[in-house]
Amino acid sequence: MSKILEIKNLKAKIGNKEILKGLNLDLEEGKVHAIMGPNGAGKSTLSKAIVGHFDVEVTDGEILYKGKNIVDWEPEERALEGIFLSFQHPVEIPGVNNAYFLRTAVNAKRKHEGKEELNAAEFLRKMRSLANELGLKPELLNRSLNEGFSGGEKKRNEVLQMMMLEPNLVILDEIDSGLDIDALRAVSEGINKMKDGKRSFLVITHYSRILDYIKPDYIHVLKDGKIVKTAGAELVKELEEKGYSEFEEK
Amino acid sequence: MAQEEVKKAISGEYKLGFEIDIEQDTVPPGLNEDVIRFISAKKNEPEWMTNLRLKAYNIWKNMEEPHWAKVEYEPIDYQAISYFSAPKKPPSSLDEVDPKILEAYEKLGIPLEEQKALQGIAVDAVVDSVSVKTTFREELQKHGIIFCSISEAIRDYPELVQKYMFSVVPMNDNFFAALNSAVFTDGTFVYIPKGVRCPMELSTYFRINAINTGQFERTLIIADEGSYVSYNEGCSAPMRDENQLHAAVVELIALKDAEIKYSTIQNWYPGDETGKGGIYNFVTKRGLCEGENSKISWTQVETGSAITWKYPSCILKGDNSVGEFYSVAVTTLAQQADTGTKMIHLGKNTSSTIISKGISAMKGQNTYRGLVKIGANAKGARNYSECDSLLIGSECGAHTFPYLEDKNALGQIEHEATTTKISEEQLFYLRQRGINEEDAVSMIVHGFCKEVFSQLPMEYAVEARALLNLTLEGSVG
Repeated sequence: MSKILEIKNLKAKIGNKEILKGLNLDLEEGKVHAIMGPNGAGKSTLSKAIVGHFDVEVTDGEILYKGKNIVDWEPEERALEGIFLSFQHPVEIPGVNNAYFLRTAVNAKRKHEGKEELNAAEFLRKMRSLANELGLKPELLNRSLNEGFSGGEKKRNEVLQMMMLEPNLVILDEIDSGLDIDALRAVSEGINKMKDGKRSFLVITHYSRILDYIKPDYIHVLKDGKIVKTAGAELVKELEEKGYSEFEEK
Repeated sequence: MAQEEVKKAISGEYKLGFEIDIEQDTVPPGLNEDVIRFISAKKNEPEWMTNLRLKAYNIWKNMEEPHWAKVEYEPIDYQAISYFSAPKKPPSSLDEVDPKILEAYEKLGIPLEEQKALQGIAVDAVVDSVSVKTTFREELQKHGIIFCSISEAIRDYPELVQKYMFSVVPMNDNFFAALNSAVFTDGTFVYIPKGVRCPMELSTYFRINAINTGQFERTLIIADEGSYVSYNEGCSAPMRDENQLHAAVVELIALKDAEIKYSTIQNWYPGDETGKGGIYNFVTKRGLCEGENSKISWTQVETGSAITWKYPSCILKGDNSVGEFYSVAVTTLAQQADTGTKMIHLGKNTSSTIISKGISAMKGQNTYRGLVKIGANAKGARNYSECDSLLIGSECGAHTFPYLEDKNALGQIEHEATTTKISEEQLFYLRQRGINEEDAVSMIVHGFCKEVFSQLPMEYAVEARALLNLTLEGSVG
């Protein structure tokens, strides 16, 4: 099975604080991996390190994406190569039209891939139909990006972007936070639809609830900056019963 | 004063002497009555105009250059400027033009023929816009609209000029307005007759007179009762210009039920990273809503000049009249802008809106200065002001000076102001979606300016967007 992402001995800090302390993690192509762990374990730092967020400074180790070390890549290069992060807290950008933004992003990616730009009609048709599937109100497509969106609307909008951009590696950072059951169902249906045996998912979550909707192939437990256990989906039950305190550093 | 000059002054010789040869096409640097007579003679002006210019000159002589604005510059030596000079020989082809300017034209998508026109290069007869202008003029004449240079208007429509020129911006209004009144070289005159809706956007691009009138430009627009006009000034392309000091005056008059929409894109040379060589732009723009239900709307996109000193204003005299000011001012490099508006409410139920967006990058300094004044008789007057500043980088600055004077307790004034830095989170969000940093900044900046750009006529808005990108290019990172 080929690996889409191999993280080797990754050390990273935020400010002066070391958060990731020699983390190792392999993600398989076409699989759903879940990262679970207590607050402060470094889950968000890990996702930020993969996408090249400015908060995180990688001090040691490698992140190999499709075999290439991307630690020094610009965020947009990683995105264009197919890494997508669904943000835990999507930022609001006043005055920037949601559809216009999405079309710019889609066409930037298509250009990078040597494809022709989607024309306005094709783009709109695709966007509207996907928005409809996700239960995203059409008027939100013409509003400023995320401005005044509810928590659920923001997450639906993240998933819409994911579906339009068709990435190879999808990182879902606390995708279920702030979602009611209906939104959770819509969002996870959208995500499940994107599973095609090639695309890989990294689901980062504190709670196991989302894993009832998006079935993981592997569970990794992240604690104190390291992956302390990797197992199949059955680990979820164990975690629910025993919590994270069981897993001490090896 | 030298002995000789004192003697001349006493004898009155100085005043009456006419020592400059009218055949010359330039005057030596310096300003005196002879120079003003020379300019007036060159323009074939009637005596009344010459006398008004002389009057303005004598007022200006006794005025002090104002220094209350938050801008710093080397003192200007007004006697070192030549107030009338024939344009230098234009380049004979685009090959002789600064490649940087050509690059800017390229990025702004200016057609080749237009590029030539902007640089003063003679254009082939076939593609010359003469025919366009002719059709254009005929169409306007059909409606009785007058659209010509101010020099023509002074000769051909003296009643209108005498009635309205200096009626909104008196010659003693301020130092720069007085200077302009004395030495203005050309500009635009527009008159829209009663009840006529001008069938097209009027823009300086189509103006009949020469392009090189930028230094002391004088514009007068009169919208008679129930008429409407939209006027566009300037353009986004950098124009050839050899003069550092610009002091324009614009007067607008809207009579009963009339509406004037005045849009500006200003992109004069901003100077280098230290501010050297840039244009000093000291402009007085004012509109008078003379009649009931009249409306004047200013929209400006200011990206050029080393120094900008500009406050397009509205005097809301007629009851129910409306004044609007929409502005985007960008300062980058070492540019300084002190700009804003004055809304003077005199009539009942007058209302005004101020939307000001200041963007500062690199070492740019951006100041909003605005006055909202509600007179004692302006019952039911309302104002809404919103002044937002956006900072890009850490060396630039934004400053806001709103002044309020309310003499009528029934007036309603709302003011909102924000200053934000382009947030790294916003930038990162866009970059995570594959949009490069420069495009991401531009997207955020355009979002910030949206309310103002939406006021511009469509083609102008497209130009303004392209210009903004060009101006902010390289200011990030």
